Amino acid sequence: MPINYYIFLALALFSIGVIGVLIRRNAIIIFMCIELMLNAANLLLVAFSKIHTATSSLPTAGSDAQIFVFFIMVVAAAEVSVGLAIIVMMYRNTHSIDVNFLNRLKN
Amino acid sequence: MNNTLQIVWLIPFLPLISFLINGLGRNQLSKTLSGFIGSGVILASFLISIFVFFQVKNGNTHVAHYFDFINTATLKVGFDFQIDQLSSLFLLIITGVGFLIHVYSTSYMHEEEPKDFAKFFAYLNLFVFSMLLLVMGGNYIIMFIGWEGVGLCSYLLIGFWFKDNSNNDAARKAFIMNRIGDFGFLLAVFWLVAKLGTTDYHDVFSNIDKLSLFDITGITLLLFVGAIGKSAQIPLYTWLPDAMAGPTPVSALIHAATMVTAGIYMIARSNILFTMAPFAQSLIAVIGLATAFFAATIALKQNDIKKVLAYSTVSQLGYMFLALGVGAYTGAVFHVMTHAFFKALLFLGAGSVIHAMGGEQDMRNMGGLKKYMSITHITFLLGCLTIAGMPPFAAFFSKDQILAKAFESNPVYWAVGVITAFMTAFYMFRLYGMTFLGKFRGTHEQEHHLHESPSAITLPLIILAVLAVAGGWIGIPEMFMHGGDRLEAFLEPVFSKSNELSASLHAQHELSHTTEYTLMAVSVIGALIALMYAWNKYGKYQKSTTEETGIRKALANKWYVDEFYDAIIVKPIQSIAGFLNSIVEKKAIDGFVNGVGKAVNYSSRQIRLLQNGQVSSYMLLMVVATLILFIIQLFL
Repeated sequence: MPINYYIFLALALFSIGVIGVLIRRNAIIIFMCIELMLNAANLLLVAFSKIHTATSSLPTAGSDAQIFVFFIMVVAAAEVSVGLAIIVMMYRNTHSIDVNFLNRLKN
Repeated sequence: MNNTLQIVWLIPFLPLISFLINGLGRNQLSKTLSGFIGSGVILASFLISIFVFFQVKNGNTHVAHYFDFINTATLKVGFDFQIDQLSSLFLLIITGVGFLIHVYSTSYMHEEEPKDFAKFFAYLNLFVFSMLLLVMGGNYIIMFIGWEGVGLCSYLLIGFWFKDNSNNDAARKAFIMNRIGDFGFLLAVFWLVAKLGTTDYHDVFSNIDKLSLFDITGITLLLFVGAIGKSAQIPLYTWLPDAMAGPTPVSALIHAATMVTAGIYMIARSNILFTMAPFAQSLIAVIGLATAFFAATIALKQNDIKKVLAYSTVSQLGYMFLALGVGAYTGAVFHVMTHAFFKALLFLGAGSVIHAMGGEQDMRNMGGLKKYMSITHITFLLGCLTIAGMPPFAAFFSKDQILAKAFESNPVYWAVGVITAFMTAFYMFRLYGMTFLGKFRGTHEQEHHLHESPSAITLPLIILAVLAVAGGWIGIPEMFMHGGDRLEAFLEPVFSKSNELSASLHAQHELSHTTEYTLMAVSVIGALIALMYAWNKYGKYQKSTTEETGIRKALANKWYVDEFYDAIIVKPIQSIAGFLNSIVEKKAIDGFVNGVGKAVNYSSRQIRLLQNGQVSSYMLLMVVATLILFIIQLFL
């Protein structure tokens, strides 16, 4: 399968993520969109590593990128736990998860 | 290094210590104590100078090296003191006359606050210290330190009564005029360093063959510019009469012992350079002569007792430069010495008069002081006779030596010089007549207040009067007494190279004794006539209210030189300064600086609005910025 499909898929996912972050105000949706962007990048990493090492005869060829992706997933999971905790705290304080409420830094 | 002259560092060191004590302890010291310390150290220096003098007289000259002042790969300047015939003689003049002036000041400045009194002595000591450094320095750099030092001290002392703004103006004028000269001096030193890589007198004078005629002429002319500033010659002489704003002992110190003789000393020290530059020499002679004549004409019509003396100093300095210009270095040094005696005497006498008159300096309000102040009167009369060149007083010999040499070089020099001598006799006896003869013309309170000054004032006057009378006897011309010119013989080692050189350059035509007698007779008789005329005319001087006209008015206004300088130099500079101040400074520089501040202030006020606290708008900006970066990366 040509690499183009992967690239376009990743591009679409990333754009959805960006647009979601930009236009939505719900903190959880924004959070999900960030995950979406992250996974678009992961997808590209895996796809490129597979294509790049296609001609190699080594059995472990391309596995470094996949290990890298696992790491990203682990970090993302940790990040999610922190992020969700923040959102919970935010809800407790403001009874809302609308990010536009959080503009108290202004003034 | 084990030379007994190694101790000469004490001579300038003692006044420096006293300067520090008086300067730092001015709030604690009593008047008696600070006067005692101030004069005592000068006396000590004087005693050491006498010792040094006799050492030198026995043929012990020495360059004392203390430490390296500047030490680089290509230039080495040591902190050296050169003690030879010339500097030892100047040491005697400076410390000797300086000591008398210090003693005099203890009484003259008695009405000052203790604080100001100590400050005055601190400045006087610093002045003497600088001058000692100037004459003792073994190279041009050390001389320059002293050279600048006396400039600074003259500023401090002329502006000593700084509460009166005109004194400050006079002080600034002196300082600026001196700076112009110092600039020339400094350039000459740089030139020497560039060409020879040394500033030591000895090295410079022995390597003089390496310099081209152009170099020598350039260096000597620049040195002469320095001398013009310091020794008040045309065109930079106007500071000296204005320097009368300072207390009278200061005027005496500036005019007699220190400061103005620095230029003479420097040229006499560099005599070999000047002898090898005939053009510079003739320029010096002409400028000296012009100054002598010009200043004497101004002195004819001055009414301020100190101004007359100031112009007479300028005039006498002109004589000294004439002597230097015609190669009569001994004559110049001789005249420096006799001038130090009689000018210190005249200034201190004038100070005594001013003291008795309660600060009055206008001679039109004096008169008849003869019967109130006998010691001042007698000593002053002796001083006047000396400066008028009457035999056998000191200046007769020195002036005669200069005029004889001038005649040898060019009879025109002699003629102008002798006319100047007549004018000198005239204005000095005008001064004498207006001050001491006739009837008292001041107010009644002043008349009641008139008294002879205390002994701290009269004693220096008496000593100086003796010196002014007898000081010339060390230089009696050969024709009166064989071997009489002991000064010439004493200074011979310093000037020998120059004398040999000028003897080979010019066809020597010794003046016959008849010519010499004639010249002498003309100058003495002429001066005597001028003297008698002035005595008669101003002995019964009456105050007149008629306005002076024509040339008299021009003379009374000092030929309008100050006004001329004002118009061509001071006013344009002030208007440029005004332009820079009001336009360039206020509009351009302030505008730019304030503009930067305002721009930052305004833009930050606007940019602040971007930070609105909305997370999504931050995100949008971030994305847009990333996109722009991508676009730049891809297409540019």
